[in-house]
Order: sequence, then structure tokens, then C-alpha cells
Amino acid sequence: MKSRQCLSVLVAVLMVLFCAITVQAGGKGELMMATTTSTDNTGLLDYLIPFFEQDTGIALKWTATGTGKALKLGQNCDVDVLLVHAPPAEKTYIANDFGKDRREIMYNDFVIIGPKSDPAGIKGKDISQALSTIKANKAFFMSRGDDSGTNKKEKLLWKNAGIALPDKEGWYVQTGQGMLATINVTQEKNGYTMTDRGTYIKYQDQQGGDAPLTVLVEGDDILLNQYSVLTLNPKNCPDAKYDLALKFSDWMASDAAQSKIAEFRLLGKKLFIPNAK
Amino acid sequence: MAFLIEGFLRAMELLLSGDTSTWSAVSATVKASTGSMLVSLLTGLPCGFILGYFDFRFKRPIRTLLDTLLALPTVCVGLIVYAFISSKGPLGDMNLLFTLTGIAVGQTILAFPVVTAITASIIENIDPALKLTLVSLGAGKKNIILTCLWEVRFGILAAAVTAYGRILTEVGISMIVGGNIKYHTRTMTTAIALETNKGMFADGIALGIVLMAIAFAVNLSLSFLRKR
Repeated sequence: MKSRQCLSVLVAVLMVLFCAITVQAGGKGELMMATTTSTDNTGLLDYLIPFFEQDTGIALKWTATGTGKALKLGQNCDVDVLLVHAPPAEKTYIANDFGKDRREIMYNDFVIIGPKSDPAGIKGKDISQALSTIKANKAFFMSRGDDSGTNKKEKLLWKNAGIALPDKEGWYVQTGQGMLATINVTQEKNGYTMTDRGTYIKYQDQQGGDAPLTVLVEGDDILLNQYSVLTLNPKNCPDAKYDLALKFSDWMASDAAQSKIAEFRLLGKKLFIPNAK
Repeated sequence: MAFLIEGFLRAMELLLSGDTSTWSAVSATVKASTGSMLVSLLTGLPCGFILGYFDFRFKRPIRTLLDTLLALPTVCVGLIVYAFISSKGPLGDMNLLFTLTGIAVGQTILAFPVVTAITASIIENIDPALKLTLVSLGAGKKNIILTCLWEVRFGILAAAVTAYGRILTEVGISMIVGGNIKYHTRTMTTAIALETNKGMFADGIALGIVLMAIAFAVNLSLSFLRKR
């Protein structure tokens, strides 16, 4: 009898807990954003978003994935606003009536990093030459391989260099993981990869400023990495919180937010450079 | 190697310092797994009993199907649940995406076959002599069923513990359905995946140790039930 009472108490407790979960779910007065791993992994959003919530009183939640999946989540109306970095894909997205109000917020640049000893010898070459040299030497090259903004850019660079995407080659390794994880794989394999500078600085910071991988190719115009906020087109997503999304977009472009972005540094270096017009 | 030891120390630090993000992940994990355990036990135990106790047509194929579902990949469960509860999905109006309830729904789908299949085989393996004895003692049908259930209570506990283990360790459902949102749907396992992705291996290990501590606490309290 005693254990039966025990059991009914246990069931009652579980019931209460389950109700607690159900009640807590589905908050309405908040904004949901899909963004890329780089804005989250670097710690920018953890730093920036509390200021947004303070200024506007709007609660913002975000899920960090590759740009490909972030755009998909917007297309399915599962979020309200996007912070992404793949301009050509964004423009197609808007042309398809999924998104609108594309507003450039900040940029950093992509760089090719590799071992300090640079076994393939790409240091100082232009981007196309560097990729050809990596291919000729069959040096390990790590690709995100996840259709993220970074991955889209990398594929474009191979194309511009006149090289068919080497995705069946043994030296071309597709990690299918986030940028920092991919940099870690690159370090293990003593290979090369392309990364946004912000994530690279974060990696340097984690290595205590003495990282085995260093920047070898940089500075080409094509390596510019532009981040933009997109709202969802109400035609496709009538229920998305368009007004709040627009407020977020306005806030990100405001002087206050722009100077906050400029102040966000690791190892004394800027990770993102604000450029809203 | 060094990050293993570092991770262990970090685990102590996280637990003792009351780190808010760790505790919110602990709370998210406990809430989602409790909800899903409750529903999968309430539905799985009766189904398992019916499957094990009675004989009917298609019983074998159903068992085979159920045993196959034990191998259901968590990421696929996540995608299937996502398809239904996405805004554009048939259940989109319920606003379950990016909520703990959504995660619990997926985890229920994961745990239900475990509870049902293990319960069914336990009931099937009840000593036939027990039923005979009960009948000869003049027990009614209701009494026979209740006594049988009472006899296999430890087996059912094992089914629950196994299902709990599967729920507690899954990443795929929590990641896709929950979205790994800090302070909301970031569970222990998605936090571990994130830290690992960021190259913070020691933190990953630390969170893993915290997760094991939860599992230990749950199993410890269940072991008291077993003694009675």
C-alpha cells in the first residue's frame, strides 16, 4: 500500500511539472531571430543583445545555424528576422518574396589561414593563385561543407580560380561543422581553411594569443564578408512579427548599436566593422 | 588530454558557483525529459501490456516494427517533428517550435517504442504458473492482471530507466526542434555540442559530467523504489 501511495505522489509531481512546461511554452511578445554561427560563436550577440532589449523593451531570442538553414527557417516562417552573411543568396531570397528590407549592418573579411610553416607556400599570393597552389600540392584544405555563408563564399572562390569544386579529392575535407570546429580540425590536420576574421580572432584568443595557424592570404576585395539584417516578407509570412523585426533592423543600424559593434574586441582587435548607411 | 582533467575541475566549478547558463540548461533538460518520460510511460506501459498479455492477429509484425523503431535516429525524429510543427506545417498554429514542449514531443516519440517493447517482452515472459495459480485460487480477471503487473514492477522500472537514458542523451531532437536558444531551449546535450563546436572541449566535458550527475541522482532515487 505504501509503495502505491508513493507512486501516486510521484505521478502527481510529474503532472505538475509537465503542466509547468506547457504553460511556460509559446511566449508571444518576443522576437525570434535566425543567425549564423559566427555572430554567436564570437560572443557578439551575447554582448550586443542585452543593449537592444534595454533600449527597446523587446525580448530577442536567437538560434545560430549556417546561413543556409537560417534562410530556410525564415522561408518556413519559423523565425521573425534574419542576421546573415551571404549577399547573393539574400538577393535571390528577396527576389523570391521570402524576405525584404535588406540592410547592411557590419562586415569583416574572409582570410585563408594555415600552419605558420606554410608547407604549400601560399603566403602573400592572391586568392586564386593560393587555391591553385593548394590544389597542386594536394595540401589539406578544410571546407565547412554545410552551405553556410562562409561555405557559399568559399565555393565561389574556387569557381573564380577556374577550379571545379574538388569535393571528391582526398585532400579536400568537408567537416560539416561550425567555423571554430572547422578551424580546430584544420589545426589537427595541419592544413588550410578559409574563415571570417572574427572567428579567427576568437580562435587566437582561445589559444592564448599563440595560435599554430596564421593568416596567409588576405585583403582581396572579393574576400569582404558583409552581414545584413533581413525582415521576412509579410506576403509569405503574414504572422511573423514584422513591426518588431523592423525595429530590430533600425536599432542595429542606429549610431548607438553601430558604436557598440565597433567597441566589441578580443585581443584588442575589432571583430566586426560597422557599416550601416 | 589535458582538457579532460580541466573539464572535471570546471564541472565542480560550474555546479558549485551556480553558473546561470549551466543551471538553465539543467532545468531545460529536466523539464523536457520529465514531460516526455511521463507521456511515454502513460502511453507505452498500457500498449506494452496489451502487446505482451493478449494474443491477436498481426502481433508479431507489430513487435518487429516496434523493435525496428528502437533504432530510430534522433536527428530524423527531430526533422519529422519539425515538419509538423514548423509554421508552415499542419500543427504550426500550436507554436511548439523552439519550445521545451516541442522537444518533449520529439523525445516522447523516441521513448515510446523503448517503453512499449521492453514492457511487452517482460509481460510475455511472466511465469505461466503464476496465472494458473491465481486462477486456481479463484482470482478474477482484474485481480490476475493487477497481480501480474505487480510481479513485473522491477522490469517496468528497468524499461523506464532505459528510456530515460535514451531521452537524456539525445542531441538531434533538442537541436532541431529546440534551436539551442540560450536560457530557453538550450539543454545539456545541445550545450555540450555547442561548446565542442566552439572548440571549448573542457567545457564540453564539464557539462557532460553535470549531465551524468543528473542521471545519477535520478537512478539513485529509483534505487530506493527498488528496495521497498
